[in-house]
Amino acid sequence: MGLAQGNGAGSRRSLKLLIVDDSNIMRRRIERSQQFEELQVVGTASNGVEALEMFRKTDPDMVTMDLTMPQMDGIECISKIVHLKPAVRILVISALADKATAVEAMECGANGFLNKPFTDRQLNEAIAELMS
Amino acid sequence: MLREEELKTFVEGTTNYFEVAAQQPATIGSPYLMEGAPAVHDYTGVISISGKREGVVYFTAPRAMLTVLLMKMQENDFSHETMRDLVGEVANTISGNARRDFGRDFVISVPSVLAGEKPAITQKPGQRSFIIPINWRSHSAKLIVSLT
Repeated sequence: MGLAQGNGAGSRRSLKLLIVDDSNIMRRRIERSQQFEELQVVGTASNGVEALEMFRKTDPDMVTMDLTMPQMDGIECISKIVHLKPAVRILVISALADKATAVEAMECGANGFLNKPFTDRQLNEAIAELMS
Repeated sequence: MLREEELKTFVEGTTNYFEVAAQQPATIGSPYLMEGAPAVHDYTGVISISGKREGVVYFTAPRAMLTVLLMKMQENDFSHETMRDLVGEVANTISGNARRDFGRDFVISVPSVLAGEKPAITQKPGQRSFIIPINWRSHSAKLIVSLT
């Protein structure tokens, strides 16, 4: 779990993003690949429990959310986050490729679903759709 | 018991992983039945399967292959922890993608990882295990699928 360091450009950015995934590689990949200047990564978390803590600390506008994680999975975490802030926008980024899981995530409050593995282009298209 | 036609799901998942994540296709060899304990590489990601099917999916790869894969992913951390993270993520992604065909009752665990030791990959009664050979660039890896 980590709070993002300020980079002096934060004042120009208007949307705060929290990245949740139990893989360090995936968290760095998402942070590195997203190409939107108006997005500021305010924190990362490796499970649902950490994500809730970071959510309360950073009050993000958008969240990318893995589903298969230890301690608290993504579906439960989405429900809790949406309860805290109904207007939050959540993009699920998961390897789980069955339709029923995608439907359940959306019913819990997710706004988009991107399957792993993904290209940078697919990631940015999914984030752009979430921001629109 | 894992049927040969079900292997197609894992072959396609492996093919897709390398095409998309590494942006360079792998050559997937013909799957064959596991007999005895297979040789494993430096790092092995392990996903336990429960629900309507039970078993384990392993992705085992040498450090050299994982290093190049990380480079292709523009990663610049090549530590032991990152290698462990990567094999777990590959095993997780291929197993999770299999739910497209097996459905949501094909329940996958979070990854565990074996490194620096010889994992005991054994078959339980009623399970059939297949080895799917993976050749990528000059490196070889394996996906091992054991399912009831």
